[in-house]
Amino acid sequence: MKLAYWMYAGPAHIGTLRVASSFKNVHAIMHAPLGDDYFNVMRSMLSRERDFTPVTASVVDRHVLARGSQEKVVDNITRKDAEEHPDLIVLTPTCTSSILQEDLQNFVERAQLEAKGDVMLADVNHYRVNELQAGDRTLQQIVQFYIEKARKKGELPTSKTEKPSVNIIGISTLGFHNNHDCTELKRLMADLGIEVNAVIPEGASVHELKNLPRAWFNLVPYRELGLMAANYLEAEFGTPCINITPMGVVETARCIRKIQEVINAQGANVDYEEYINEQTLYISQAAWFSRSIDCQNLTGKKAVVFGDNTHAAALTKILSREMGIHVVWAGTYCKYDADWFREEVKDYCDEVLITDDHGAIGDAIARVEPSAIFGTQMERHVGKRLDIPCGVIAAPIHVQNFPIGYKPFLGYEGTNQITDLIYNSFTLGMEDHLLEIFGGHDTKEVITKGISAESDLNWTKDGLAELNKIPGFVRGKVKRNTEKFARDRGFKDISAEVLYAAKEAVGA
Amino acid sequence: MTIAQEPAALNFECETGNYHTFCPISCVAWLYQKIEDSFFLVIGTKTCGYFLQNAMGVMIFAEPRYAMAELEEGDISAQLNDYEELKRLCEQIKRDRNPSVIVWIGTCTTEIIKMDLEGLAPKLEGEIGIPIVVARANGLDYAFTQGEDTVLAAMANRCPDKAPVAEAEKNERNAIQKLLNFGKKKEDVAQEESEYVDHPPLVLFGSLPDPVVTQLTLELKKQGIKVSGWLPAKRFTELPVLEEGYYVAGVNPFLSRTATTLMRRRKCKLIGAPFPIGPDGTRAWIEKICSVFGITPKGLEEREAQIWAGVEDYVKLIRGKSVFFMGDNLLEVSLARFLVRCGMTVQEVGIPYMDKRYQAAELAMLEQACHEMGVPLPTIVEKPDNYNQLQRIYELQPDLVITGMAHANPLEARGINTKWSVEFTFAQIHGFSNARDILELVTRPLRRNNNLKDLGWDKLVREEAKI
Repeated sequence: MKLAYWMYAGPAHIGTLRVASSFKNVHAIMHAPLGDDYFNVMRSMLSRERDFTPVTASVVDRHVLARGSQEKVVDNITRKDAEEHPDLIVLTPTCTSSILQEDLQNFVERAQLEAKGDVMLADVNHYRVNELQAGDRTLQQIVQFYIEKARKKGELPTSKTEKPSVNIIGISTLGFHNNHDCTELKRLMADLGIEVNAVIPEGASVHELKNLPRAWFNLVPYRELGLMAANYLEAEFGTPCINITPMGVVETARCIRKIQEVINAQGANVDYEEYINEQTLYISQAAWFSRSIDCQNLTGKKAVVFGDNTHAAALTKILSREMGIHVVWAGTYCKYDADWFREEVKDYCDEVLITDDHGAIGDAIARVEPSAIFGTQMERHVGKRLDIPCGVIAAPIHVQNFPIGYKPFLGYEGTNQITDLIYNSFTLGMEDHLLEIFGGHDTKEVITKGISAESDLNWTKDGLAELNKIPGFVRGKVKRNTEKFARDRGFKDISAEVLYAAKEAVGA
Repeated sequence: MTIAQEPAALNFECETGNYHTFCPISCVAWLYQKIEDSFFLVIGTKTCGYFLQNAMGVMIFAEPRYAMAELEEGDISAQLNDYEELKRLCEQIKRDRNPSVIVWIGTCTTEIIKMDLEGLAPKLEGEIGIPIVVARANGLDYAFTQGEDTVLAAMANRCPDKAPVAEAEKNERNAIQKLLNFGKKKEDVAQEESEYVDHPPLVLFGSLPDPVVTQLTLELKKQGIKVSGWLPAKRFTELPVLEEGYYVAGVNPFLSRTATTLMRRRKCKLIGAPFPIGPDGTRAWIEKICSVFGITPKGLEEREAQIWAGVEDYVKLIRGKSVFFMGDNLLEVSLARFLVRCGMTVQEVGIPYMDKRYQAAELAMLEQACHEMGVPLPTIVEKPDNYNQLQRIYELQPDLVITGMAHANPLEARGINTKWSVEFTFAQIHGFSNARDILELVTRPLRRNNNLKDLGWDKLVREEAKI
């Protein structure tokens, strides 16, 4: 057993559901107790979906516990098949059902006899993989299922597309800025004269999957989702896989050069150097930004980075390589893929942190007192508590991280967005310090005076000495809290004792 | 499901139970805040943790007094010893937080692997010296608010069964009493004692925010009724005394197990009343308690009329409109009854679980309200099927659907007004003065849409409504 109240990656079935519900006309049926369909709430709230989330539960209740699911799962599958005619129904085990050890595969086979659509069982072990790994596996499973089906029917296209083309693999629902990233990648491909053969899973129909082999190469923008499917396609059809995340100026260029190499090897004759040069120097503002005096002011500032592999690695490189910021430590919660992360960031930060314990992260932030944090929503809250600004760069995320406006993290527009995010985080922090140094906002003064005149409080020598030991960026806050505490209790003098009593009173 | 002719009595149906609701472990979200010296340990898996983390939103960042005991593969296959594992975690909790009680929330997983929490708790309690209360609030058996019911039923067994020593001291033990007497001299307190009618002790059950506790307590005080205690109190150490023959009354419709426990195990007498939701419900609740104690209520009619007059601006907006409850939190019957009184037609009352005995007075009042307001009686659908309900919603086109978040946005996109049902469990809705808050919630989508109605943006999905 493990004592925990926060987790960075969700349980396995969430990954499966994210992939299944990203496809068009695919329905997932969870073998789960009442209340486990919380995924629907998240999808409906966070990504503000207009359509009903195609996920239902075959409810595991007391009766199921006593007698087994018997016909229930099969009935639920065939019922959903008749109601909505999905192309595919994915039976999704949950942690509960995996302990019941019912033969779900058998249910699937029986339901398949009656159902018009396809039925499959998501092959994920709840106690061994998390949301991200499960999503990756489910996507591969679905791709393989339809490739094999097409092969059996002799419907598998054998030739590549006439012009260079790409499958973009790994865009999914509830993914961090995924829809914006997808638009940006399509634009980038259009600029490069590359046709988009397919985007999976988001918005794709399973019928398109048989066409995947037609692409010249596969682009997997995120480390966490799509690699298994791309590796499968590479093994089956020799389709090369490019898994360089085009996030940040340097990495975007590296990704484009790799694309050039891969398609030229297949007979295209393209030279993207001019395009990269033009975009880097004049179109994207990120390169110019790193040269400007704004960015100069950030030189050597301390930052910490935490998130999933893709975003934490990319941000670390951007901060360090493209902006001259001192990344004290960079970390990931993708423990299962830690070696990759270490390798990616080892030259760009002092220390690498691999953990999914938010307490350890909080302590590590407090220890180094960075000027800015780049992390998940959890780190944003740590930042709030410590008065350090935070830019959110990775899931877990809240509804405000599903912006309506166009905010990709990938490609050249992505570099602009990231620049804003980084710069705004730091200047806000700077502004705060200046305000503290020069005595705070006007409003704060007014509030203090409103409660009582300043003169009735006297900081004793030892009180003042203790106050001065408190780090600059929280000193103002401590001073205000202590004075309020003293006023509330009618103390005239503020000694070190009063200061600590006040500190205890606010539970700091 | 079409209403052919007006039925004379409430019609009860039961569907497949394929509906969306919160897992009952969500009760820790409000109970840890209510019981200030408690610590809730949810013994479950990542799925439970993920649900809590997302459902509780920003509360999670405030160092809550709850945690997951996350079961790992070794726990499931019994390679690890449950007792030793729980002991290790509870010792850590004791060290870090030093609570007065640790509440173990059993989940689906502990049920399936048959972890004997009730058996382990007394043993561990003896060893670490902190009371351990076990509540099996799992999704196999219960829905959403029923989680609180299982916790309170377990707590009911922990209430002291004898008033300790002198009467004066007993008053001191009581949080509400202390609050009301705060700053008063002893003789004033004695003076106040005489304001109460002499009646057998009354203990109320149901977790409510402290301001609402105070409001309802004062409301009864006006009738000369003294609330001897409240289950739960602000602290575990302040749980009320429950002696045989005490009277108890519930404040929420989902507390049937707690009521049963109080009656059977603690030999208390249950006052079966409608629940104090809406001015009509509040009045009926007080009247019923008064009648049990042989008190003639004073000034309630005027009070109710005054509240209705005060909310007329809101009632105007919903009068004559229709409402459909999809059902997920067991407050549905009480809210339906109140909305009928407001002049609405209730088309369907979905409800996870219907205890006809515990809710008898409430059901009778709903029926009466429908007759008096001249509106058809709704069908009460226990364990509803959301898919079927959506078909009925498309057919009936209600003016308002009260539903969970999973369906709210998709329905809005199809031009159907919705109100998110979970808000009713977190808002203050009890007593006379909170009637406005209920209407504030109910009318919000209608007021919002009044503002937008001329824009022609009702339906925002391309194809015709399809699930």
